[in-house]
Amino acid sequence: MRVGIVTFPGSNCDYDAYHAVVDQLGERAFYVWHKERDLQGADVVVLPGGFSYGDYLRCGAIARFSPVMDAVAAHARAGAPVLAICNGFQIACEAGLLPGALLRNASLRYVCEQRHLRIETTDSPFTSRYAAGQVVRIPIAHGEGRYVADDDTLDRLEGEGLVAFRYVGAEGGSDERSNPNGSLRDIAGILNGGRNVLGMMPHPERAVEPLVGSGDGLALFESLLARVGA
Amino acid sequence: MPAYRIEIRVIPRRGILDPQGKAVADALHSLGFPDVTDVRVGRHVVLEARAADPTAAADAAVAMCERLLANPVTEDYEIEQVVEIAAVSAAAHE
Repeated sequence: MRVGIVTFPGSNCDYDAYHAVVDQLGERAFYVWHKERDLQGADVVVLPGGFSYGDYLRCGAIARFSPVMDAVAAHARAGAPVLAICNGFQIACEAGLLPGALLRNASLRYVCEQRHLRIETTDSPFTSRYAAGQVVRIPIAHGEGRYVADDDTLDRLEGEGLVAFRYVGAEGGSDERSNPNGSLRDIAGILNGGRNVLGMMPHPERAVEPLVGSGDGLALFESLLARVGA
Repeated sequence: MPAYRIEIRVIPRRGILDPQGKAVADALHSLGFPDVTDVRVGRHVVLEARAADPTAAADAAVAMCERLLANPVTEDYEIEQVVEIAAVSAAAHE
């Protein structure tokens, strides 16, 4: 598996993604500077977390016009996997690769902590190695992670099984404390209609070894490996 | 070509939770402004651009809002005013 990790000015989770793929999974990864126009044969593209362009104007609003984004859109149109994490999720929404938007957390606070997520679908290249309904522990770290879309879009996401992850409590249910940012319908991650683009605010690449709090994110990368092959 | 100063207002769409506006409303209430019933906090963008005439300048501003300055999912925008400015100012930006 060859994973191309796009680096924008202000990306800061690119190395975490590299570490997950190379050190934990033993697969190949490389960085693609945002001014590049091709993805160097990547099987999987990662839009990593960070603060591209300082989050100026809106999170992801300027990065979406980076030269590399045409190639990322073509990669997505071809049905190949795009993993958009945190700021990458914001960029993917701004770019129209995914519906909706990420707004300021309802609390107005930046939140950095371990969170529980429920796997809502295993029918994707990113989640096949999880069990449906499984509760995993993955950290979040964001100030603008409140997922918003109109009701029709939300209904369509739910109807087509495109909600990938929801924020839940440790037992898998929801209560007034289980949603960290006010996301509509507790949504933590969504798929596009082709199921090959995943956007998620939590950081699976920071949860690939129990030593640092959780290894629950590794199965996401193992799912990708199972899909594209070694 | 003449130059114009274009002022654009971008605000969170009504019906979408604006926690920043709510925090400001709460602060105003606690400061003794109990009559405030709603606050939304947005952005005010002032830009200068060359255009053939004010209508063309406004049309360009709308296109800029649609592509970049506003998020069509969550925000509304309004071109507040288009004012012709001295051409020397535009030249200084070249």
